[in-house]
Amino acid sequence: MNENLFASFIAPTILGLPAAVLIILFPPLLIPTSKYLINNRLITTQQWLIKLTSKQMMAMHNTKGRTWSLMLVSLIIFIATTNLLGLLPHSFTPTTQLSMNLAMAIPLWAGAVIMGFRSKIKNALAHFLPQGTPTPLIPMLVIIETISLLIQPMALAVRLTANITAGHLLMHLIGSATLAMSTINPPSTLIIFTILILLTILEIAVALIQAYVFTLLVSLYLHDNT
Amino acid sequence: MASVGECPAPVPVKDKKLLEVKLGELPSWILMRDFSPSGIFGAFQRGYYRYYNKYINVKKGSISGITMVLACYVLFSYSFSYKHLNTYHLAFLTSEHERLRKYH
Repeated sequence: MNENLFASFIAPTILGLPAAVLIILFPPLLIPTSKYLINNRLITTQQWLIKLTSKQMMAMHNTKGRTWSLMLVSLIIFIATTNLLGLLPHSFTPTTQLSMNLAMAIPLWAGAVIMGFRSKIKNALAHFLPQGTPTPLIPMLVIIETISLLIQPMALAVRLTANITAGHLLMHLIGSATLAMSTINPPSTLIIFTILILLTILEIAVALIQAYVFTLLVSLYLHDNT
Repeated sequence: MASVGECPAPVPVKDKKLLEVKLGELPSWILMRDFSPSGIFGAFQRGYYRYYNKYINVKKGSISGITMVLACYVLFSYSFSYKHLNTYHLAFLTSEHERLRKYH
């Protein structure tokens, strides 16, 4: 049962070569570009969505922060499409691999922090001590704030991995449970409903992308511009 | 003057499309195709634009344009997990395919 359950998370290989590369390169095929003002329906809907999200996301930044807009919008599109494609049957979701999420989280976080330290050292260091703390508490609080800063990339990566993996696992489990119950106890359609609801809620994996990019944004904003 | 239906000069084999190649010429046609990396990339690009212009880049494109792509993606991923679905587990005494067949 154990090996069966986790088999869908093994990175697929063709004769030992990683086919995961092909699967990661598949989402851009679904997002065409165009050089015209008026396009077909697919491109129009996608451009509308991108405009909506990018306006929402970049509204709170100043000029310097908005130079990151291309990076952040492509990040949210990539994670959103990858997670949604992973909901199809038998498909492989690259964001379930911790290695990939770490590769996304660490450079972005490090870039934001280093940018903040380079431009305004005093402001960046001031984050380590919230305003109005009583004097005896200061050393401990500085340590705590440092730890909370250093743990941000790990939290970003592990959050995404754990959420997507847990959702997929639950769907597998409940699916197999439904099949088992259909012969033992047919009136147990309640379990089938649970699958449907779980699937819908799992499409709040898209909300997870919001969480990912949003936390990234908040950290970027605080470090860079405050 | 050449009569109707008769080509004045024969078209070289390698420029013909696949459906126009005669069966005897098939090996030489395959060998003359461009298998360099840029040739393969060009083939993928042509295939992509052929699909795109037929189903998506039209005035009233429907959802089937992208659904066909997703269906192919599902079949592609299924082919990857086929081997695992077919392995016979000694612990359960069945493979996954047999277990699912039992419920139908």
